[in-house]
Amino acid sequence: MTVLIVDLIGAAVIALIVWYFWLSKTQGIVAAATSAGIQEIRVAVRGGYSPDTIQVAAGRPVRLVFNRQEADPCSERVVFDAFGVSAELPEGEDVPVEFTPAQPGEYEFACQMGMLRGRIVAT
Amino acid sequence: MPGIPLDIPVDWRVYVGMDATGRREMRHDPVCGMTVSDEALRLDDYPDLGFCSEHCRRAFAADPFAYFTSSDGGLHVEGDAGGPPAGGLLLGGSTDSIHLAVQGMTCASCVSTIERALSDVPGVVDARVNLATEEATVELTPGATDIDQLVAAVTAAGYRAHPATDGGDGDAEQEGRQRLFRTLIHKFWFAAVVSLPVIYFSYPEIFPGVPEKGSVALNVIWGAMAVLTLAVLAWSGSQFFTGAWTALRHRSANMNTLIALGTSAAWLYSAVALVYPGFFPEERLRDVFFDVAAVVTALVVLGAALEIRARARTSEALKKLIGLQARTARVIRDGTEIEIPVENVVMDDVVVVRPGEKIPVDGVVLSGASAVDESMVTGESIPVEKAEGSPVIGATINKTGSFRFRATRVGRDTMLAQIIRMVRDAQGSKAPIQRTVDKVAGYFVPAVIIVAVLTFMVWFTFGPSPTLLYAVITAVTVLVIACPCALGLATPTSLMVGIGKGAEHGILVKSGDALETAHRIDTVVLDKTGTVTRGEPELTDVAAFGRFTEEDVLFLAASAEVGSEHPLGEAIVAGARTRGVDVADSDEFEAIPGHGIVARVGGRRVVLGNLKCLADQGIPAGSAEGVMERLADEGKTAMVLGIDGELGGVIAVADTVKPDSVLAIRRLHDLGLHVFMITGDNPRTAEAIAAQVGIDRVFAEVLPEDKANQVKALQAEGRVVAMVGDGINDAPALAQADVGMAMGTGTDVAMESGDITLVKGSLSGIATAIELSRATIRNVRQNLVGAFGYNTLGIPIAAGLLYPFVGVLLSPMLAGAAMAFSSVTVVSNANRLRRWSPMAPPAGPANPTPIAAAQDTPERQGVTA
Repeated sequence: MTVLIVDLIGAAVIALIVWYFWLSKTQGIVAAATSAGIQEIRVAVRGGYSPDTIQVAAGRPVRLVFNRQEADPCSERVVFDAFGVSAELPEGEDVPVEFTPAQPGEYEFACQMGMLRGRIVAT
Repeated sequence: MPGIPLDIPVDWRVYVGMDATGRREMRHDPVCGMTVSDEALRLDDYPDLGFCSEHCRRAFAADPFAYFTSSDGGLHVEGDAGGPPAGGLLLGGSTDSIHLAVQGMTCASCVSTIERALSDVPGVVDARVNLATEEATVELTPGATDIDQLVAAVTAAGYRAHPATDGGDGDAEQEGRQRLFRTLIHKFWFAAVVSLPVIYFSYPEIFPGVPEKGSVALNVIWGAMAVLTLAVLAWSGSQFFTGAWTALRHRSANMNTLIALGTSAAWLYSAVALVYPGFFPEERLRDVFFDVAAVVTALVVLGAALEIRARARTSEALKKLIGLQARTARVIRDGTEIEIPVENVVMDDVVVVRPGEKIPVDGVVLSGASAVDESMVTGESIPVEKAEGSPVIGATINKTGSFRFRATRVGRDTMLAQIIRMVRDAQGSKAPIQRTVDKVAGYFVPAVIIVAVLTFMVWFTFGPSPTLLYAVITAVTVLVIACPCALGLATPTSLMVGIGKGAEHGILVKSGDALETAHRIDTVVLDKTGTVTRGEPELTDVAAFGRFTEEDVLFLAASAEVGSEHPLGEAIVAGARTRGVDVADSDEFEAIPGHGIVARVGGRRVVLGNLKCLADQGIPAGSAEGVMERLADEGKTAMVLGIDGELGGVIAVADTVKPDSVLAIRRLHDLGLHVFMITGDNPRTAEAIAAQVGIDRVFAEVLPEDKANQVKALQAEGRVVAMVGDGINDAPALAQADVGMAMGTGTDVAMESGDITLVKGSLSGIATAIELSRATIRNVRQNLVGAFGYNTLGIPIAAGLLYPFVGVLLSPMLAGAAMAFSSVTVVSNANRLRRWSPMAPPAGPANPTPIAAAQDTPERQGVTA
C-alpha cells in the first residue's frame, strides 16, 4: 500500500516536472518602443534573465539593455545565436545588444554554456 | 512638486510595458531599473511609474528629470548616466578620467547620490558609479580639479572613497572573479572543517571512541552536527539554493538545482531520522547522513572555485592582446614634442617613436627608418624594415632606429582594436557542434531530476530492505553526480582557447562556425595575384645583344621609363636602382599605347616595347624573338629594347612569387589538401607560376565575377573549399567558399567577406589555420566525449544499476567529488590547447627547383644571345 502511494506520488512529481520545465511557457513582457522606434527593454542578469521572455514586433530593431548583477562567470556573456551577436556583460554595467528579427518566430538567447536561457518572441 | 511639462521630450515607455496578455502592466523602477509589480510604491504626480523602495522614490522625487530619456531614444538610468555604452566609444581628447573606489553603498539610490555629489564638483564633466564593482568613473576637464576634492565630495555625501589602484575595464572583471574565488575558497574551508567531525561521528561502527548508536550522547552530538551542517548549507551552499530558486522562477534548472536538491534531501532525511525516529519503523532506517550534505557542498564549492581559476586562463589570449596597447604616445603639437595618453592621439598627429618604444597607433612613416618587431600582431618573428612611406601598426615594437609617422588610424579603428573586437566576437560565437549540445543541455537537468525520482521509486518498490534508506541514497547520488557544467563548458572553453591561440599566430578567426568548418577543408583555392605572388611586378631578367652590355640595356631602359607611371615602367626603374645602375633623365618621351615607348636618353634614341613596336621602328628583332618566347613561357612580361635603330636587348618583368609560397603550399600538401589556383591571367603565365610553387590545378582566365561560380562548381564536386584571396574581386568567392580566408595585407572588403584573416599576408597562415582548427575540434571532441561519457556512465551507476550484478553502490560523497572535478577536467583539457603551436614548416634545402629560377637576379641569370 505504502509502495503504491509513494509510486503514485513519484509519477505525479515526474508529470509536474515535465509540465513545469518543458510544456508550459511563460508569456513574457512586451518590449516598449522608444520614440526613435527601437523596441527597448532592460534585462537584469542574475542566475537567469529577468525578464526571460520578451515579445517584440518582427522587422523592427530591438535593443536589450543587459545589466549583470553577479560575479558568477557563467553569465559573463550573452549569445544571440540566430542573429550572430554576442556581448560581454561586465558586472554592473549596462550593455546594449541590438538586432532586428526580420521574420516572426521565436529566437533564443543564452549564456555561453546554454544554462541561462531567454526567448525573443517576434510577432 | 510639478509634473513634467509637456514640451520636454520625455519617453517613459521604457519603464512601462505590458505583459503578453496585455492585461497586466509591467514596470521598471526608473531609478534602479528593477522590475516592479503593480503594488509598487507610486508618486502622485507620475501615476505611470513604480518604485522598488522608498529610497528610489525619494531619489526620483528630488530630481525627476534625471531619470527620463530624451527623445533620441537613449536610455538614461543609474549606472549609465547618459554616457557612452559600456565597451563603447572612446571619449574625445578633451577629458581625463579618474577611477575612485567607493565604499558604503547599499542600494541603487546611493549610486545616484554619489553621482550627483561628484557631478557638482567644478570641472567634472560626467560621473558614473558602478554599484557592483564599487567604483566611480569621473570624467573631468584636465587641471580643473584634483582627486582630493572628489574624495571630499563623496565623503560629504556620507560614503568613503579612495583612488582606485587600477581602473581598467578588464581589471574590474578580473576583480569580480577574484572576489568570487576568495568567497568560494572561504566557503570551502568552512564546509571542509565542519565535514571532518561530521564524518567521524557519522560512523560509530568504524571509528573508535564514538558513542554507541542509540545512546543519548550520540544523539546530542548528531543534533549538533545537524545544526553545523545546516550552517554549511546556509552559507557555503547558499549560491546553490539562491541559484536553484532563480532558475526555478525562470522555469529552468541547472547544476545549482541538482546540488540544492541532493544536499537538502540528505539533510532533511537525516534530520527527520534524528528528531522523529518513530517516523521510521525500522531501527536500521534511523541512520543519519549529514556528512553527505557537508562533504558534497565542500567538494562542489571547491570545484566551482577551481573552475573559475581555470576559466580565467581560457581568456588569457584576449587579455594579452588588450595588454599590447601602448599607454602613451609622443606627438608633435604646436611644434613641440609632448607625451599624451594614447586615447588622445587624433588622426594626422605626427608621432615620434624612439628605439625600444611601442608604436602607439597605426600610421605611415614620414621620416626616419627602423626595424619593427611586428610579431605580436602578425606572428612573423623577423623584424620588418620601415622607411619613409612604410605603414606601421600600433602596439608593435620599434627596434633600432627613430622615426616619425603620421597617425592614420586611432582609437577603435587601429588594427589592434579591430583584432581585439574580432577575437572577442568570435569567442562569443557558437560552433555548429555546440548546437546539438545546447539542445541536450536544455533538457538535461529536468531529465536528471526525473531519473532521480524514478530511481527512488524503483529502489523503494523493488529494492532490498531497508528500502527507504536505499531509495534516498541512490536518488541523492543521482542528483549529485550529474554534471551539466561539463557538458556546457566542453565547446565554448576550447573555442575560446583556440581562437585566442589563433590570434597569437596572426590568424583571426571570425566565428566558431569558421573554426569548425576549417577542419573539414579538403581543397584550398588560391587567388594568384597578391596571394601566391606579391601582386607587384618586379624586374626579373635582362638580356643584352650585339655590342651592348646588360648594364647599358638596363640603364637605357630605366632612363627611358623614369617618368613613367606605368607599373611595368616603375618596376624597371626600381629594378635598375636596386642593382646599382644609375638612372638618367630622358626627353622627347612618347608613349605608343599598347605597344611601348620611345624616348631620347643622353642623345640616344631608345625604343622599348613589344616586337611590333620594334618592327614599326624598322628594327629587325633577330634572335630576340626566341628569348622573348621563352620568357613568356615562364609567365613573364618581356619587352625588347631598340637603341639607335639597333637591337639592344630584352628586359622582362614579372609578378614574382612570395618567398614562402612554395613552403606554405608544401605544408598544405602535407596536410593532405588539394591546392588549386584561380586567376584572371592567361593560362601560360598561370601555368608558369603554378609550376613554380607546386599547385595541383589551375583555373586561368577566370573573370572576377566567375570566381565564385568556380568555387561553387568545386563544392558541387563534393569538396569542402577554402578560398584564399585579397582583392575586392575575390570577395564573392570568399563568401561562397566554405571558409573564406582573406590576406591581412589586402583590402578591407576581402577581410569583411572572409571568415578567417591571415594578418601576416603569407600563405603559411592557411596551413596554420587548418592545423589550429583540427587541434581545436579534436579538443572539443575529447571534451564532449568526456562530458557525455561521464554523465551517461555516472548516472546509471549512481542509480544503482550495478547493484543487482556486482553489489556495488556509489557513495553520494564520491559522486560529489566526481561531479566537482568533471568540469575542472573539461576546462583543464581546453587549457591544454594553450600549448599548441603550428607544425614547423619543412626544412628549406630540399627545394631545388622552381622558386630559385624566378628569384635569381638577372646579373646571374643574364641571357646572352
